[in-house]
Amino acid sequence: MNAAGPLLRLAQVACIRGGRLLFEELDLILGPGDAAMVTGPNGAGKSSLLRLAGGLLSPAAGAAVRGDSVALADEGLALDAKLSLGRALDFWAKMDGRDAAGGMAAMGLAPLADVPVRMLSTGQRKRAVLARVIASGAALWLLDEPGNGLDSEGLDRLGAAMAAHRAEGGAILAASHQPPDLDGARQVALG
Amino acid sequence: MSDLILRELRLAATGASALLPLIFFLLVAMLFPFAIGPDAPLLARTGGGALWVAALLAALLPVERLVEPDRASGFLDQLALRGMSEENIAAAKLAGHWLSFGPPLMLAALPAAALMKLPEAVLARLELGLLAGTPGLAALTLLTAALTAGLRGVGALGGLLMLPLAVPILIFGAGMSDPVAGAGAVKLLAAASLFLVAITPFAAGAAIRAARD
Repeated sequence: MNAAGPLLRLAQVACIRGGRLLFEELDLILGPGDAAMVTGPNGAGKSSLLRLAGGLLSPAAGAAVRGDSVALADEGLALDAKLSLGRALDFWAKMDGRDAAGGMAAMGLAPLADVPVRMLSTGQRKRAVLARVIASGAALWLLDEPGNGLDSEGLDRLGAAMAAHRAEGGAILAASHQPPDLDGARQVALG
Repeated sequence: MSDLILRELRLAATGASALLPLIFFLLVAMLFPFAIGPDAPLLARTGGGALWVAALLAALLPVERLVEPDRASGFLDQLALRGMSEENIAAAKLAGHWLSFGPPLMLAALPAAALMKLPEAVLARLELGLLAGTPGLAALTLLTAALTAGLRGVGALGGLLMLPLAVPILIFGAGMSDPVAGAGAVKLLAAASLFLVAITPFAAGAAIRAARD
């Protein structure tokens, strides 16, 4: 992990989607161990801010600079439906030069390794998406509504994984329309 | 990159839709003699061109499964986050798609040629033409798939976009059946095919990037 500079730096960032200005003049710097919680009503631009932070969208104004490793958990499952969960996650772990087992264990998915992805429930899919982020080893986690669809045990596992990630010097930018649950996280209110 | 190509092959091999273009191709080859009648010389003369039309239409069938599922599931986003360029993604998809489409189609051309009563010399030229032309067809399919990703009712629109661009391949591919003009046609066919293969990673890559916004 790049311990020297910030893991994410947004400077005077503006975002326009579909001809509508979602937010502008947004500043945010996340260093090792930092976390920020993006809050706001539906359509305020939380997901767009995360995609912008990950480089999937270009800012309409300002600059978004990030470290070299970013992991995103959004509503996209991005796992081949016919593969077993273990093999589907291994595809990405191999690309990251890592092993998927750690992420699966962290989210309690180890017993489901042989189950085809298409058989998973909503909550299990969400766990799989989070397991990919945990296994990626990326310094910056971008989590879009990470708690959606998780049961209380899943929420506990997510909280533990996020705390461990920050303790190891990672940073988290999470978006949620629910009240934040990250200790000491900065608030970024949109809309 | 090789992982992506292998994944394309796996998707093509495990999906039920993978065999569809081949079955379609053979079906046209079966139906054509019924429509023309059992006139062997006439079939032999027209069969090569008919098989090229069948190959072209068969190439159109996978348009909806090549790019759109990966866009909708966030697969392309995850690749982009890992620093893979859209051009590399498109090139890998092109290689994987051709491997699952070109060689099987060349195999299917053997029974198809028998149904059309094509002479051996014409069959040899048809196979050579498919070898040169299917990469171009695969590229065109991928390009259309990338351009229409995210749109609804892609089937008809894909045909409208793709078929006019496939006309050079059709002309030179079918022209190869002619024993006299065939030698020149194969070079032009290869040139048209190579042109499509060369531009597709960039054009499809740009389309994938544009679809993200």
